[in-house]
Amino acid sequence: MDQQYAIEMRGICKSFGSVAANKDIDLSVKPGEILALLGENGSGKTTLMNMLSGIYKPDSGSIFVDGREVSINSPEDAKKLGIGMVHQHFKLVDVFSAADNIWLGDDKSGPLLKKDRYDVIRDMAKKFGFDIDPRKKVYNMAVSEKQTLEIVKVLYYGARIIILDEPTAVLTIQETQKLFGVLRRMKASGHAIIIITHKLNEVLEISDRVAILRKGEYICTVDTSATNEQQLTEYMVGRKVELNIDRPVVDKTRPLLEIRDLTIKNDEGAVAIDHVNFYIRGGEILGVAGIAGCGQKELCEAIAGLRPIESGQMIHKGDNIVGLPPKAILEKGISMSFIPEDRLGMGLAPSMSITDNMLLKKYDQAKGPFVDRKTGRAEAKQVIADLEIVTPSTETPVRRLSGGNVQKVLLGREIKAGPNVIVTAYPVRGLDINSSYAIYDILNTQKKDGVGILFVGEDLDVMLGLCDKIMVLCHGKVMGVVHAHKTTKEELGLMMTGALDLTHKYEDKPAGIAKDSRIGENEEVEE
Amino acid sequence: MNDPINVLTLFLFNIVLINIPLLYGTVGEIVVEKSGSLDLGVEGTMAVGAMFGYLAGCAANSLAVGLLVSFLTAGLCGLLFAVLTVSFQANQNVTGLTITTFGLGLYFFVGKGLGERWPAMTGSAALVNGFSAFELPLLSKVPVAGKVFFSQNILVYLGIAIAVLVWWYLNHTKTGLRLRAVGENPGAADSVGVNILLYKYVHLIAGSGIMGLGGFYMALNMSGSFEGSNCWINGYGWIAIALVIFANWNPVLAILGTLVFGFFNTLQIYSGALAGAFPGGLGWLNAVPAQLFKALPFIITAIVLIASSVRKREGSGQPAALGLNYFREER
Repeated sequence: MDQQYAIEMRGICKSFGSVAANKDIDLSVKPGEILALLGENGSGKTTLMNMLSGIYKPDSGSIFVDGREVSINSPEDAKKLGIGMVHQHFKLVDVFSAADNIWLGDDKSGPLLKKDRYDVIRDMAKKFGFDIDPRKKVYNMAVSEKQTLEIVKVLYYGARIIILDEPTAVLTIQETQKLFGVLRRMKASGHAIIIITHKLNEVLEISDRVAILRKGEYICTVDTSATNEQQLTEYMVGRKVELNIDRPVVDKTRPLLEIRDLTIKNDEGAVAIDHVNFYIRGGEILGVAGIAGCGQKELCEAIAGLRPIESGQMIHKGDNIVGLPPKAILEKGISMSFIPEDRLGMGLAPSMSITDNMLLKKYDQAKGPFVDRKTGRAEAKQVIADLEIVTPSTETPVRRLSGGNVQKVLLGREIKAGPNVIVTAYPVRGLDINSSYAIYDILNTQKKDGVGILFVGEDLDVMLGLCDKIMVLCHGKVMGVVHAHKTTKEELGLMMTGALDLTHKYEDKPAGIAKDSRIGENEEVEE
Repeated sequence: MNDPINVLTLFLFNIVLINIPLLYGTVGEIVVEKSGSLDLGVEGTMAVGAMFGYLAGCAANSLAVGLLVSFLTAGLCGLLFAVLTVSFQANQNVTGLTITTFGLGLYFFVGKGLGERWPAMTGSAALVNGFSAFELPLLSKVPVAGKVFFSQNILVYLGIAIAVLVWWYLNHTKTGLRLRAVGENPGAADSVGVNILLYKYVHLIAGSGIMGLGGFYMALNMSGSFEGSNCWINGYGWIAIALVIFANWNPVLAILGTLVFGFFNTLQIYSGALAGAFPGGLGWLNAVPAQLFKALPFIITAIVLIASSVRKREGSGQPAALGLNYFREER
């Protein structure tokens, strides 16, 4: 061994009840090295890292820090050993300022809260090349700011080993590049970095070595320079996987859903969607791209009837659906599945079983006052079989399923209702390759059946491969609607940040209005 | 006696005198809730503090012993709550209600068990003297306000001092910052090395102890006369829980909240006198049925709860993790 490892884990095992999350895992990382930890959902990556950060204790195996065997019993122990973790779900107190969030774990200053802590934090952040406002409250921060704060926090505590759990899942391309810049700087200054991610291109870009886990087992560690996407996928999934997303060509129908001049306000009363026009045809997938908070959520909610609109029209098959209650919109065949950042927040009741979640949408169709569990169970069984959901039974609480399976349950239920328009936001959020492709297949099947799909996504590569057209939003305005096969990632990136505005470049030809739809000619729409 | 200014002064004086236990209860509950625990056992905790504080105070003929024992015995209620909800992860609402039932039961059990041997407060000079007015120099000479605020007993000053102290502790010390973090997001606090278990235990015990002081105050205010049918605390514990919300989890605002609630609470006693002293302006008070005055504090409580539920999250001082048990390995 020519160089000492910053962290070395040997033979780590950890079980939850009868489920083995980690089986005999070896892992090591040197100072000044970036190790990518790769694996599908439920392969035990986060569990393994939580044993370094003191959240879990290993059942067996040993951990060495700088060559010395240690036992990490609590996050405090981890902190003392110089291990800092940036969790996937940020560990920040929303109502505190940036400085107070760092000050929480500080044991250098005295017992009183002094005003100078703001300056201390600002100076310290500057030293590491970050620009944060120490007085800003976390609830006012964008996702990337929160992440920066988390990184500053672990650096402030003097971490030399930094673990990042899917840091890029919520970032735009530009923000990801910025983050990678930071990671490279930290690497240069001798920090050991472990980064968990699903995204193979990022693994290849940032890491020095890649460790792969599959179903809780350690597969191997390879040098990044000596591998490629195909090989990594095979290690991860255990078999060959086709990495191209299918985009079947389907005969498009007339527009199913047309949005005209729509304006929506967000919870704070600011304009979230600003005079937006677009339409969705049957048999096509319209992607919606944009940085977080550009109005996607409000748009989805408005279409589903969950959010009142300020002005404009939403026309579904010739009927204006503005002002209809969510149930009436549902009955018209518009379904919405929104996967929020915490995955469970909207659409499913986490502690209820799959059967009961199936029934949520059709509890009122049963005859008589009693719940009709029988059909619900049958449907649950069918969805489980159709979408290959991994679950002990139909009666398992949804909360206990892994992320991919939860999302399949949600999508499965929506599709079961036989919609003609599907609004889906982040359906593959946080999913591994296998599950993501399963979801793409589900959407493509629906597309072939003539369903119109609005796909709010975050991974531009996926959107370029899957969608027929992509609409880009920036601050609630449509920057343009482009054909997915004719555009590039760079162009989309520019539009997302507002640097390129196709809509207003050609004022005479407003993008998004269904000129070629025959709705106007047939006069199906009465103004 | 019929001098209108005198009547008004006396009315205001009694608002403070009668309702200070609400402040103790509220500040105690704020300390508890800031650690993320929703303790509905205030009523029972105060009853336990009142009973044992009074008995110990009488036995030792000492105000300090009474205070100490009421703090400690009520603190034991907090400890019980902590063991059940923090260590054993029991449901907080159920545990709180259990403590109320348990505390009131213990109160009547001990009181009735003593029967003839019940000590009268007149037998303990230290308690009588300790609860008599203590006029602050100079300040007590100010007209009206001097009598209302600066001629009260020591326990009134103590209650206000505790409220201000707790406010300072929460906002200006690092321990206070960590406590608030535990109540807001225990996962975040845990991840930076804050000992969640310790913070919850300590603040449940301390907060419950402060509630117990309020109970002791009520015992003295009732002159230590035990009735088999009615507890000294008389619903104050429940109002305190609502006052926490009214005060937006701010101990200093709790002083104001106590006075506002106290106003309505005391109105039932003084409505006749006020109507007599101001026949022109307040004569209509005589026409209001007494039952309405009795119900008034509780009606106000209901209105406050409704109004505060409309309040926006960002301005609210409610800890985000209030009522949720924390388990580090939860997935």
